[in-house]
Amino acid sequence: MTSQPGKPLLEVAGLTRRFGGLTAVNGLDLTVGEGELVSVIGPNGAGKTTLFNLIAGLDAPDAGAVAFDGRDVSGLPAERLAALGLARTFQHGRVFGNLSVLDNVLVGAHTRLRAVRPRPRLPLLGPLAELALALVRPAPVRAEEERLRAEALEIVALFGERLTPRLDQPAHSLSYANRRRLEIARALALRPRLLLLDEPTAGMNPTETAEMLAIIRSLKGRGLTILLIEHKLDLVMQLSDRVVVMDHGARIAEGLPAAVAADPAVIEAYLGHKAVGGLAEPDGAEPDGAGQGGGNQHGERPVVARAAR
Amino acid sequence: MLPTSLGPWLDYTINGLVIGNIYALLAVGLALIFGVSHLINFAHGSVYMVGAYIGWLCVTQLALPLPVTFVVVAAGCGLLGVVIERVGLRPLREAPRIAPLLATIGLSVVMDQTAQLLFSPDPRAPPTQLPAWRIAVGGGSIGALDLLIAGVGVGSAALLYGFLRFTRLGWAVRATALDRDAARQCGVDVDKVNRTVFAIASALGGVSGLLVGMYYNTIDPNMGFQAGLKGIVAQLIGGVGNVPGAIAGSLLLGLIESYGIALFGTSYRNLFAFVALIVILVLRPNGLFARARRLPPEPLTGTFIAPSRPVVLPRWAVWGLAAAALALPLAVRQPYLLQTLGNAWLFALLALSLTLVAGTVGQVSLGHAGLLAIGAYASALLTLDAGVPVLLAVPLAGLVAATLGTALVYPAFRLRGHYVSIATLAVGEIVTLVILNWESLTRGPIGVTGIPPLAVAGTPLVSGQWVYWVPLVVLLALAAVQSRLLDSHLGRTLRAIREDDIAARSYGVELDRYKALAFAVAGFVAGIGGALMAHFYSYINHETFPAPVSMLALTMVILGGLGNVAGAVLGAAVLVGLPELFRAAAEYRMLIYGIVLLLLIRFRPQGLLGTV
Ligand SMILES: Nc1ncnc2c1ncn2[C@@H]1O[C@H](COP(=O)(O)OP(=O)(O)OP(=O)(O)O)[C@@H](O)[C@H]1O
Ligand SMILES: [Mg+2]
Repeated sequence: MTSQPGKPLLEVAGLTRRFGGLTAVNGLDLTVGEGELVSVIGPNGAGKTTLFNLIAGLDAPDAGAVAFDGRDVSGLPAERLAALGLARTFQHGRVFGNLSVLDNVLVGAHTRLRAVRPRPRLPLLGPLAELALALVRPAPVRAEEERLRAEALEIVALFGERLTPRLDQPAHSLSYANRRRLEIARALALRPRLLLLDEPTAGMNPTETAEMLAIIRSLKGRGLTILLIEHKLDLVMQLSDRVVVMDHGARIAEGLPAAVAADPAVIEAYLGHKAVGGLAEPDGAEPDGAGQGGGNQHGERPVVARAAR
Repeated sequence: MLPTSLGPWLDYTINGLVIGNIYALLAVGLALIFGVSHLINFAHGSVYMVGAYIGWLCVTQLALPLPVTFVVVAAGCGLLGVVIERVGLRPLREAPRIAPLLATIGLSVVMDQTAQLLFSPDPRAPPTQLPAWRIAVGGGSIGALDLLIAGVGVGSAALLYGFLRFTRLGWAVRATALDRDAARQCGVDVDKVNRTVFAIASALGGVSGLLVGMYYNTIDPNMGFQAGLKGIVAQLIGGVGNVPGAIAGSLLLGLIESYGIALFGTSYRNLFAFVALIVILVLRPNGLFARARRLPPEPLTGTFIAPSRPVVLPRWAVWGLAAAALALPLAVRQPYLLQTLGNAWLFALLALSLTLVAGTVGQVSLGHAGLLAIGAYASALLTLDAGVPVLLAVPLAGLVAATLGTALVYPAFRLRGHYVSIATLAVGEIVTLVILNWESLTRGPIGVTGIPPLAVAGTPLVSGQWVYWVPLVVLLALAAVQSRLLDSHLGRTLRAIREDDIAARSYGVELDRYKALAFAVAGFVAGIGGALMAHFYSYINHETFPAPVSMLALTMVILGGLGNVAGAVLGAAVLVGLPELFRAAAEYRMLIYGIVLLLLIRFRPQGLLGTV
């Protein structure tokens, strides 16, 4: 598992996805090195979330390839990619509403269950063995569950007192910001090699955003490789090693944060789209979901100009 | 008996097209409704049945001429559609997506049972008013009724086309079907659109019922169930929500059935429809005519199941209740009471099984009685034909039901939401039809008689106490196993699938594997329940476990709280035990279940003890 820093962990080449007449992702190339934090920015409807879905195996590309850790993973389903160490959060928050906070995090650790999901994974016997072990629960299974529980508590503690007091509450009772935190906690429980964060601060106020920034920075400090979609450019500028700008499904710029912010093509893209949703409003009304296209009602100022200041 | 000359084939073709026309009247309505409200309307078959009865009343009681009858049927059913939409579905618009699905099931039960109470369950024959001439066409023949049906089919299609294409309201309907929210923002009155669509769909459905009554010359209160299912099949063949597709799918289904009957005989007829359904669902879930990789018609997000805070029974209370239940026969001696409660415990096994798949995993199975049937036949045939001792046959039957049940539903695992319900409904019907037709194994329509009772050391356990104790002990044991399962990592994994299967997949949960595990456990539990029923009843046939039993089980599960083990037991005790104890007349019972289901969905969707 140890590889020298900078070795590419994720390589995306020529990735394309069309929805009817609309090309949501258009021949996109992208590389993320081990330990790097790369941000993907772009106006609403640029195709960022679609890109994540393609990388994470929830959607299949019309063309192009994805390699993870040097291995071609194009077309692998999401569950296999998770097992390889890829975790993602969802833009609109997809926690398991009727599960407790703790159970949500534990589902994140599903791919790490060993004692109760013995290997090799035999077709029929595997599931039956899992069933039997879940019912009988011999000592190794109990120990594993205990260990994961303890670890889940540690992960939840990363978010200070936000989630810890609510461990046994159902996730549907959490505030919006707490659900976003829970998503990240669940992703961390997978012990990801690559973490995809889709607008982790959407809907958060400035204090909460600053808190999230500190958390992402600490994750980066621990050497975690992160691909981040974010509209709040202050945060992007502070965190990213590299920024990729998308518009109309294609990559229009890539480079160091400051260089990208000064790139005329980027400014043009943003000005053409007037502004980026969610960014200009500190109270962070949630950007509109996919389907709203480029237009948006929030934010008046061109973000890039603002971020470049 | 393959007909060799062309004439009979022409007849089969004409027959297939006529039946196809009748299905089309149903399927078009279903497609319209799905288009604007993303709902598969399980009550549609009942509207069709109501149409048939209104027609019968008009002709026999009021002696109205046929054209007037058509108008009255269309108007009456259209009105019924409006009422269904307004009373049954509109209040549920903000409810989780499972609610309207269940509501249409409840409405269907209420309508069917009301018809049964009003008109008796016996079939009736509407008198024919058409001339009896037939035109000979190349060895086959076409009758006046065939022409009428074709005319009504084509006429309705033309009217509908005109409406959708050239009227403002029709435009609003199409806009809503394209994008509901956008239509609303553009000032389309979505409620009005819904109402209109339900009225049109129900009018067409009613006319279809009227025609079918004339065609087969028989109508009965339960005719809607199969027909509604056929309409759904036809619609799925054409692609849900696709109106022209629904017409094409219907004609195709009519032909498949007609040729199938020609080749294999009448009793296989429905089997073709349901096998076609499963094949289509698996191979082309978007229908035969869909372009490749269309978006899934269901929204990717949104909760299927309501948020809930379950009532947690303390451990001592569970033990106390179990002990009290076990001790009951020591205090109560009336055999009738014990027998009733024993029957309730048997049904509780079914509810326990269903609450695992419908509640914990969120796969709302509508064919669960099929698992009972498999268990019952397996155990009965093992003891009678293979000489297996009863005590061994019962657990073996559980294993058979687990294996067969999982294998039959496996192709449907890739489906989501309402599609799962349709597929399981079809699987349940397939089980019944196979039992009916595989005579060499199952003895066909005669059923299995003389099934030996449970016996320990040669003593048959048939007295009142045993009829109570045996199911109770088995129930307690299996409920304990299921609780332990839900307490393990499997519990949270299965519930995660229910809450959000996309998110679950993204965290490495292999959906097929865990759905299969859940169905296997559920099949085992229901199989044991069915086996015990067989040995207590001593006689079973293909009608011992009919589709309404599946609906009853679903009502129990919802009453208790989805996924809730204690709730399943409570639901069974309440719904089987109470009507019996209050001596509610048997014919009102299904009606009561239907009303209970509707009230629950509306006012307490999380059930008595809450979703776990
Ligand atoms: N399932 C889908 N079917 C059809 N079109 C889609 C689908 N998903 C996304 N799109 C379209 O693809 C384009 C890209 O959407 P995507 O959600 O990837 O944008 P995004 O960059 O994440 O935007 P945002 O910043 O608003 O989240 C949009 O025009 C959207 O309408
Ligand atoms: Mg997005």
